[in-house]
Amino acid sequence: MTVTSARFGYDDLRGLITRVVDVKHAPEDSTLDVLWTLYDRVLDLSPERLDSPDRDRFYLSKGHNPGSFYAVLAAKGYLPDAWLDEAFTAGSRLGGHPDRTLVPGAEISSGSLGHGLPLAVGTALGLRAQGLLKPRIYVLLGDAELDEGTNHEAMAYAGATGLDNITVVVVDNGSASHGWPGGIASRFTAQGWSASEVDGRDHDAIEAGLRGHHGTGPHAVVAFATSSI
Amino acid sequence: MTTSLPHIGHPMKVPDTTTMRDAFIDAAADLIDDDPRVAVVLADISNGHERFAQAAREHPDRVLNVGIREALMVSAAGGLALSGMRPIAHSYAPFLVERAYEQIKLDFEHQGVGGILVSVGASYDWSQGGYTHFSPGDVALFDTMPDWTVHVPGHPKEVGGPLRAAALTDDKVYMRLSTLSNAAPHQTTGRLSVIKSGEGPLVVAVGPTLDNVLLATAGISVTVAYANTVRPFDVEGLRALAHTGEVVLVEPYLEGTSSRVVAEALIDRPHRTLAIGVKRVDLHKYGTPTDHERWHGLDPATISERIASFAR
Repeated sequence: MTVTSARFGYDDLRGLITRVVDVKHAPEDSTLDVLWTLYDRVLDLSPERLDSPDRDRFYLSKGHNPGSFYAVLAAKGYLPDAWLDEAFTAGSRLGGHPDRTLVPGAEISSGSLGHGLPLAVGTALGLRAQGLLKPRIYVLLGDAELDEGTNHEAMAYAGATGLDNITVVVVDNGSASHGWPGGIASRFTAQGWSASEVDGRDHDAIEAGLRGHHGTGPHAVVAFATSSI
Repeated sequence: MTTSLPHIGHPMKVPDTTTMRDAFIDAAADLIDDDPRVAVVLADISNGHERFAQAAREHPDRVLNVGIREALMVSAAGGLALSGMRPIAHSYAPFLVERAYEQIKLDFEHQGVGGILVSVGASYDWSQGGYTHFSPGDVALFDTMPDWTVHVPGHPKEVGGPLRAAALTDDKVYMRLSTLSNAAPHQTTGRLSVIKSGEGPLVVAVGPTLDNVLLATAGISVTVAYANTVRPFDVEGLRALAHTGEVVLVEPYLEGTSSRVVAEALIDRPHRTLAIGVKRVDLHKYGTPTDHERWHGLDPATISERIASFAR
């Protein structure tokens, strides 16, 4: 699909989000700065290269409250901003959870928690088997999503096999019911991952974390963020 | 996916002593050698088999053992498909299909990608292992999702052809292997094969049930047709063969799994269906597969009695 769209800047994002959802749906905002930093500074990707085998991939595993995701995709020209006004309606491509068959730029369909990282493990293996060593796969999870055991299957395997083309970013807004005593980063480092902890509002810190992989294993970034819309 | 049935060709030449699992592993290892798109994902089961071990030495990026993590195995297979690969995931049926059902539904179906899932264990192959290793409901679970092709081979020589054909497509394909087997192989055309013709009901024998069905119907005039591809079901063949409107389905998995298909196929004519298959019961029993056949009524004597009662 070819999509033409106006481009927007960071300061336009909150206006775009309010076109998707009522502002009282504040959880949108905890992922906003990470999403913006990914698409603005980190991902080797553009709307024209969505079919390129050599592109970076972004897997939004935590598909709930995708307003920020849709806003960033609209701002960066992946989809027309007019789609935001029609979200959730009968004919809309934008729903309560992103569907990759409907949304340009959505690499996976998500919504059920705990699928993005296991899918990313398979894609990382597939890229490696095809000799595509340049692309990275970035996966965004929520701290409460980490409750799902499938993440831990994937973390253990990716760490044990040194799957070095994956970067996970866990946006931690403190919503896991039982918390993560000892910290989320330690769950990854114990399994052979490198990990960084960053302020989830600080774009320079987020970028440094996202670029913090060493090439010897998978990398995790824990981005602390609270909702503040 | 089109509604046309796959044309898969003749039974492959494999040694008579080979099991379906061995035939699968040989064919999959050959595919890994021949097709750079093919990757096998395992969860320890069959990882120790020599052909897979050899393939893993030669193609370490495409023979992938994730450990005892079936959910990851299926999701990773979906992720491989997203990258353009052709994944084959393989384990015991209850772990591949029942444990990882949501992964099949979301990480193939909902992502819009295909893959090949190959199970062993069937309904009670490892009878001494008990109910944890039984999967009578696997085919019914695939019926909850659109457009899966389901192969139920009845002989080791019916495994390699459909697997090779599936590897050439991007379809969603499930192969249900069993240690139960008929004495002789049949063609794998995707269509019903007429084994014998008679006056009475059409008896459709699926996969490894054929030999018991032939014993059960030895003295009576019925048509026996054999199916080793059940999804898509050969509706055209069924309509052509069900002259009397009486259909007996004999399936080696949950009883009545294909009753819906028969009802839809014969909607425009009066018909009756007798479904014979594995009962909806946890027997809490061990014994042999032959014991389980008898307990579920898939032995020749019970099949014979039920057909006689139905045809009366």
